[in-house]
Formats: sequence, C-alpha cells, structure tokens
Amino acid sequence: MSGVLVVVEQRDGTLHKSALEGVVAGQKIGAELNLPVFAAVLGSGIEATAQTLAGYKLAKIHAVDHELLKDYTPDGYTLALQQLITRHQPKFVLFAHTYQTRDYAPKLATALDRVLVSDAISFKVSGDSIVLVRQLFQGKINADVRFTGDAPYFASIQAGAFRADAIEAGSAAVEKTTPDLKPEQIRTKPLELFRESQRAVDLTAAQIIVSVGRGIKEPENIPVVQKLADALGAELAASRPICDNGWLPMERQVGSSGQTVAPKLYVAVGISGAIQHLVGMKGSKTIVAINKDPEAPIFEVADYGIVGDLFEVVPAIIDALGK
Amino acid sequence: MKIVVAIKQVPSRDSQLKVNSAGTWIEDGDLTWEINEPDAYALEAGLQLKEKHGGEVVALCAGPESASQTIREALAKGADRAIHIEMGTAATADPLGLARMLAKALESEKPDLILTGLQSDDLGYGQTGVILAEVMGLPHATIIMDVEASDSSIKVKRELEDGWFQYVEMPLPALLTIQSGATRLRYATLMGIKKAKTKEVRKVAASDLGSDAAGSIQLERIYMPERTKNSQIFDGPPKEAAAKLVEKLRFEARVL
Repeated sequence: MSGVLVVVEQRDGTLHKSALEGVVAGQKIGAELNLPVFAAVLGSGIEATAQTLAGYKLAKIHAVDHELLKDYTPDGYTLALQQLITRHQPKFVLFAHTYQTRDYAPKLATALDRVLVSDAISFKVSGDSIVLVRQLFQGKINADVRFTGDAPYFASIQAGAFRADAIEAGSAAVEKTTPDLKPEQIRTKPLELFRESQRAVDLTAAQIIVSVGRGIKEPENIPVVQKLADALGAELAASRPICDNGWLPMERQVGSSGQTVAPKLYVAVGISGAIQHLVGMKGSKTIVAINKDPEAPIFEVADYGIVGDLFEVVPAIIDALGK
Repeated sequence: MKIVVAIKQVPSRDSQLKVNSAGTWIEDGDLTWEINEPDAYALEAGLQLKEKHGGEVVALCAGPESASQTIREALAKGADRAIHIEMGTAATADPLGLARMLAKALESEKPDLILTGLQSDDLGYGQTGVILAEVMGLPHATIIMDVEASDSSIKVKRELEDGWFQYVEMPLPALLTIQSGATRLRYATLMGIKKAKTKEVRKVAASDLGSDAAGSIQLERIYMPERTKNSQIFDGPPKEAAAKLVEKLRFEARVL
C-alpha cells in the first residue's frame, strides 16, 4: 500500500470550491510521509476537467470516466472508486468534506470494511501514519482520531482547514480509466438541480453584516438586531435556525447551505458558531461575537467578543456608536 | 408503511462540557440529556409519513439506561413502539460498529423506510445513517428536506450546497438522513405522554449484537481546543464592554 489518493469533486466540469483544499491536504500529508499524491476526478467525458489539475504537483490524475457517472449517484461513485482503490492500493484516500462526500464516502469506506474519519481540521504525523484532529460537540471539544488496522485509511477534510492557494505547482499526466458499471447497479435516480428563489439580497456585496442566531429567542426580538444593523449601515443576515423558522427569509442565511461572505466587519449576535455557519463567514476581515456562553465556538474565530446578554449588550453598542 | 427512526440521546445543547481526567470522554455524570436535534426532525418526518400513508413508526435507540427518557419522549410524540439497544455508552462507539449493531437489531423488522438525523450533535461523524444503509444493502440519500412516498418508491428533496436542491427517486426499502429545520416539531400531548407508558419497548443487550468497534479507527484523546486566534474578549458591565468594542472597531480594526 502506498500513496495518497485525493478525490476531486466536480459538477458539470467545474471543480468544487473546496476541491483544491483537499489536494493541498494530500500534498502536505504526502510531503510529511514521503508518499506520492494522486488525484481522481469522476464523471462522463471528464478528461478535459481532469486536465485542469495537470499544473499541480501530483504523481498522476485518474480521469474515472463512464457515462453512468455523468450525474452523481452514491452507488455509481462508490463502485467506481472501490475499483480504483482496489487496483491502486493507496494508503490514504482523502476528500474535501462536502455535501456530496457526506453522501457517499462513508458508504465507500464501509464497502471496503473501513471507517472514514470525517470532517478533519488538521493532522499530526505519528510514525509512518497520521493522527487526525476533528471537532466534537459542534466545535466545543477537539478529538485526536487514529487509524488502526490495515490501510486504506479514509478521511475527509473540513472546508477552510487548508488553504487552496498553498497548492504546489508541478506537472502531472492524466490517465483515463473506465470502471465496470452496469445501469442496474445504480438504484437511485437523480433529477434536475434547482434553486428555490432568485436571490434578491446579495450579502456577498455587503461591507458590514450583522448576523443573528438562536440567541434572539423570539421573532419579535429581530428589531433589536435590525437597529444595530441600521446603526452600522449593515445588511442583516442570520444563521440557519432563524431562516428555518421563517423569522428572516432564506436569502439572508449565511453558512454552508446559504451564502458565503467575507465583509470587512461581521457581527455575530447570539450565534454559537456551529461549523456550518463558520465556513460561511470565517473569511471576514474583522469578526465580532456577542454571546452569553464564553465557551461558544464563535469566539474561536472572533477578533473581538463580548460575553453577555445580547438584549443588554446590543442596545449598549448602539448607544456607543451614537457617541 | 413500516418506518424505523434511529434516534440518539446527547447532552443538552447548552451544556457546559468538561473533559474527564483521562481525556477519553466528557464528564457526563451531571449532564442533562435530550434527543439529538436532527433525529427529532427524522422522527417528525416519520410521524408525518405515517399520518399520510398509515403503518407504524418504530423508534430505535442505542444507549445507556438514561436513554429510556428520550425513547419515552419519542413514544409520547407518536412512535408506536421502540427498540432499546442497552449499552454502557453509545457516545464513543465508532459509526461502523454501531451501524452493524443497529442492522442486527433490525433483522426481524424488515422496515420499508429507515430515517435518522443527518448527524449527531456529540460525535458529529455524520455517517451512521449512510453506513447503516450500506450494511443493510439499501439505497439511501442524505440531507433530506421532504419525502413523497408511493407504494414501492419515494421521491425525496435533497439539499445541496449554496442554496441548490435536487429531487432523487429510489425504490423502497431505503434509508434517508433528514435535515433539521425543514418542518415544525410537534410537542407530546398529555394523552400521548399517558399512552407512551403502555407502549412496547423491546430491550436488546448490546453484547448480543456483537462489538461496537469495527477496529478501523480509534478515538485516542479529547481535549478543549486551543484558541488559534488572538481574540480580545470584553466582559464586565455591558455599557463598558460596548464602549471598548466600539473604540477598538474605530481605532484598531478601523472598520467603522
């Protein structure tokens, strides 16, 4: 068993925004353990997309090509990758921790009698292997997870844990491979992709965002944070539970299922900072967190924080802004 | 339609967590517990499907004696019966080992549909549902917002990233992991709470179902994360903290 295989996600020929972060994680692990790094791209007529990785430091790019891989299905992707892994015997198989990875990577690992270490944020070298760090209790506690037993070892990497711009340049050849797939092996039928509404609010253009979370307690309290947004000339945004409850429209949601923003100032009010929210805002230039729980993960990414009751703190900030 | 909903009991969301002295798990003696929130939405989805199509909802839970409370709450909300896999703690089991136990406990059940939350609020692997599907040889889909069922198949609305969705069709039996927040959760009625006391809870010893560890990964150590960012935290009276914050934003970060 040798090498690191990074599975690179694409849709309609465009790489997933976290795909290159997975390659960077692979390159770093490969460098530490002196292992060659391979990439795999799955799809139908996928060679041109695979070619977009040819300028990076990789030992080879596998273009796993089959008409049954045109649209993603967990059965198709699992069978195709199972065959690739069985043939090439990588020691590590890495994924960016995307919604698609969550949908099939645990199945793939199970098919090979292994367990995926999901959503890892970093790794430490331990002998000729690695220990992965992942978060428990929505970011409140960290855990070291070790691979035991035989390779291959499967891991998915949290969005933002590695920087895509740290990718090492080089040159790599694309090798096309056609897996053995039959239509009857694919049990789910994916239909069209769609969006529910046109976005009227483009949060990504806002310079300042005030974002509200569960701490607001009641929809009647939304004006408390609206006033702060008005005082700062900010757009109002929210974490997922607020939009799920219909307290603010979905188009104002920040996070993995909403918009990804990076304003110069992001003020998180009553948001604990679940990872699904953090990935949507942690690139902001300055982050302010207001929360009653000093252990809330939002303080991990905050530049400035106030620990306290938002219903006292927010009006006090509005006052201070007026002075 | 026979629906199994796999639920987990986890520490309450606002718990102050402490790592035990051995660094193996949290100190859980004094904690309060609740149903894993995504699993509450899976239960709700199951109850709504039963109301529409008839049939039965069976709650499946692996955990210590204290998990009985979460099981009773599921029964009070409308689950018809439950299976309790009794084990010291399900918290640190690896997801493949646990899924194999769940599959074994379901051998005699032959459900049409298995539902569970998309991830747990404690370990957060987000894998148990998908692995259970693979172990049982079932098709699956994850992060589901809505389920339309017919006699032998379902059409589900799957959430993708960045506001995208997709419908997926698949034959039954199947397994789905349910997204939180897609619907409103019901409360248990007084009548429901009363009825729950008489509903069947089949208890199965974990030791009769094999090992909960697949022997492929090991949770080696847990610890409080170190702050990687140099956060400036202001406490004290809100007025003073607010004044300090605004001054920093104006003159240090210079974002106002």
